[in-house]
Amino acid sequence: MTEKSAPDAQDGTRGPRGKVRLREHVMGWLFVGPFGIVFLALLIAPLAYALYLSLFQKRLIGGTGFVFLDNYVKAFTDPSFLSGSWFVIRFSLVSIPLQIIVALAMALILDAVTSLFTRFSRLMIFLPYAIPTVIGAVMWGFLYSRSFGPLTDLFTLFGATPPDLLGSNLIFYGLVNIVTWQWAGYYMIILYAALQGIDPALYEAARMDGAGKWQVALRIKIPLIAPALFLILVFSLIGTLQFFNEPQILRSLAAGTIGPDFTPNMYAYQQAFALANFNYGSAISFALGGIVFVGVYAFLFFTRKRRSFL
Amino acid sequence: MNNKRLSVAALLAAVSVLAVSVLTACSPGGGGGGATTATGGGASNCTNTIPKKNLPVVTMWGWYPNMQLVVDNFNKLNGEVQVCWTNVGQGSDEYDKFQTAISAGTGAPDVIMIEMDRIPTFQIQNALVDIRKYGFDAVKDDYGPGAWKDVSVGDAIYGVPVDGGPLAMIYRKDLFEKYDITPPKTWAEYEQAAQKMKDAGGPAFGDFAANVSALTMALQIQKGAAPFTYDPAQQSRIGVKLNDQASKDVLGYWGRLAQKGLVGTQDQFTPEYISGVINGKYATYISAAWAPGYLTGAGVGKGEDTGTFAVAPLPQWDPARPVQVNWGGSAFSVTSQAKNPELAAKVAYGLYADQESLTHGWTNQIIFPLNLKALDDPAFVNLKVAFFGGQQANKEVYVPAANAYRGVTYSPFGQYYFDAMTKQVSALIDGSVTGAQAADRLQEDVTKYAREQGFTVQ
Repeated sequence: MTEKSAPDAQDGTRGPRGKVRLREHVMGWLFVGPFGIVFLALLIAPLAYALYLSLFQKRLIGGTGFVFLDNYVKAFTDPSFLSGSWFVIRFSLVSIPLQIIVALAMALILDAVTSLFTRFSRLMIFLPYAIPTVIGAVMWGFLYSRSFGPLTDLFTLFGATPPDLLGSNLIFYGLVNIVTWQWAGYYMIILYAALQGIDPALYEAARMDGAGKWQVALRIKIPLIAPALFLILVFSLIGTLQFFNEPQILRSLAAGTIGPDFTPNMYAYQQAFALANFNYGSAISFALGGIVFVGVYAFLFFTRKRRSFL
Repeated sequence: MNNKRLSVAALLAAVSVLAVSVLTACSPGGGGGGATTATGGGASNCTNTIPKKNLPVVTMWGWYPNMQLVVDNFNKLNGEVQVCWTNVGQGSDEYDKFQTAISAGTGAPDVIMIEMDRIPTFQIQNALVDIRKYGFDAVKDDYGPGAWKDVSVGDAIYGVPVDGGPLAMIYRKDLFEKYDITPPKTWAEYEQAAQKMKDAGGPAFGDFAANVSALTMALQIQKGAAPFTYDPAQQSRIGVKLNDQASKDVLGYWGRLAQKGLVGTQDQFTPEYISGVINGKYATYISAAWAPGYLTGAGVGKGEDTGTFAVAPLPQWDPARPVQVNWGGSAFSVTSQAKNPELAAKVAYGLYADQESLTHGWTNQIIFPLNLKALDDPAFVNLKVAFFGGQQANKEVYVPAANAYRGVTYSPFGQYYFDAMTKQVSALIDGSVTGAQAADRLQEDVTKYAREQGFTVQ
């Protein structure tokens, strides 16, 4: 950008061309500088440090030693890491489609129906996203309570025993519900915005050709917002594989159900901050990074023909 | 096309960067948070106000409910040093912060409150200071030999004992009367009473929770288990014995009670559990002497359940040879990051050791004092405890239990052991393993960890 625009203003008026070039370079670096410093100091440097840490092993007896990739070998044979990774993969497979279906359905409805009520509904559906995840998780912890949660009242009304959504059998669905509640509204807004960007003339043309409301939704709207759909799929995949906040908060209510190695990120946290094993914690983080990379790459690879935004 | 490929690469790079940055982003934050509370500017970050501003300040972390008062008392009485106190969380929350500060080499307070079972964990990392030479002789006689043993590693003293946690059985008088049950004296009677209460349509008799590993450990020790043998002179050798018959029996016992539905399996220290205690969902609560204070603070015994609680001695395996055990109990330790260990030791020795603080602590059942000034005080021994409807709980139950307590050897990797225990107890509650299997798996798990950490396991 700077290289293109700067010469117009300065060319010819200030000295020979080489000098201008140099000035351009300096100006360019100055513009990039603030971002570059923050980027290097807060992202690249910690990453490099974590990578460096992950190549060492610290033991209570015997101190720290260089072990090269041993921590990674250990991670990929560690049942805690593997079961945690398997959990987030399963969780992604269930929760992401669910969130997207809910978000898409609501976006299509809000787009199709226009009344005073839609503005209000839009806000209400979006509202959970505005609640910090930590508070949301604490709240759901109480809602799931079998002593004072509303589910208990509901189930006892029909004479049934209320489900224990914090118990080890149902915690998966308890978390799916929390995540869907939290994120569906946000994805809905993205999809809704994409829908608003579609030229209404297309609908008119479709109607002239005899398309009904369903056909307009399925054949016109969804294909046209596919780029937005892919975008939120990628975001949610990255986010879900790094699942941390909700289970970490619910741990204080159900430590037996949610172990410290429930998800890979929680496991990394436990290793680093509870067991002072920053080396192995870093290795787990990088191993998880690898899984996320593979997951997202696979997704992008299999959808490469249908994509238009990248 | 070229452009497209470039942006795919950029996205993938961004993705992987995002994924790994979670840990690294946490790391400076965690350490930094500790650093500001502990060392950053000292006095300005204290929860308490320091009255004597010209004196040197010692920073301190602790979570006793009446800590504010205790610190104020100390500062008022002391003319040499002032305490700057912060509550950074209870139990594990605090240990995680302390552990991070140890790893970082900075950010720890000068004095820290820790449960006695954690002392070896931090001591082996050289995070604590031996305070024997900083005035131990002057206060030696203020505590019994058992109390000193729990804060010592070999001859070195790594903490000043404050409170103990002799175990007993808290029970609901109303439920015991309603179902015609007398307090069980043995664990066999406990099971029978539980069955009786269930057959009569009563609530759960107790609670077997996955998140109270220290209690489960104490109950195993009561039957004769000795989980760790450890000679501080030979730090690299440790004996781990988590699957002996006693450990298996105790896990099997509670697993059976849970499977039969005789006891609940709710995590303790949760709102869910407390509401259960208030509403009479549990007829007994096996817990330590500090429990009444904790329960009162959580709102138990204040409403309809006023005066419904009483306490009886911990049931025994063999009534002819009773064994008393402990859960929790804390001490003040001086950290090796203290700038002036001598001054810090003065705080550790003096804090919560004045008469006024001690009296406030035991009258409100916040602490079961180990300081003999309180423990031998007739007012303490004969106290009619309001929470127990005027029962002389100290005289009848807690003081004898404390006197019979022999002390335990704790492990230098307490956090890992407790987490591993939680995992196994959770599986035991599910019914996916038996008590014996749970003990065997725990043994395998912890042994593996100990070896990884460089210990020679015996």
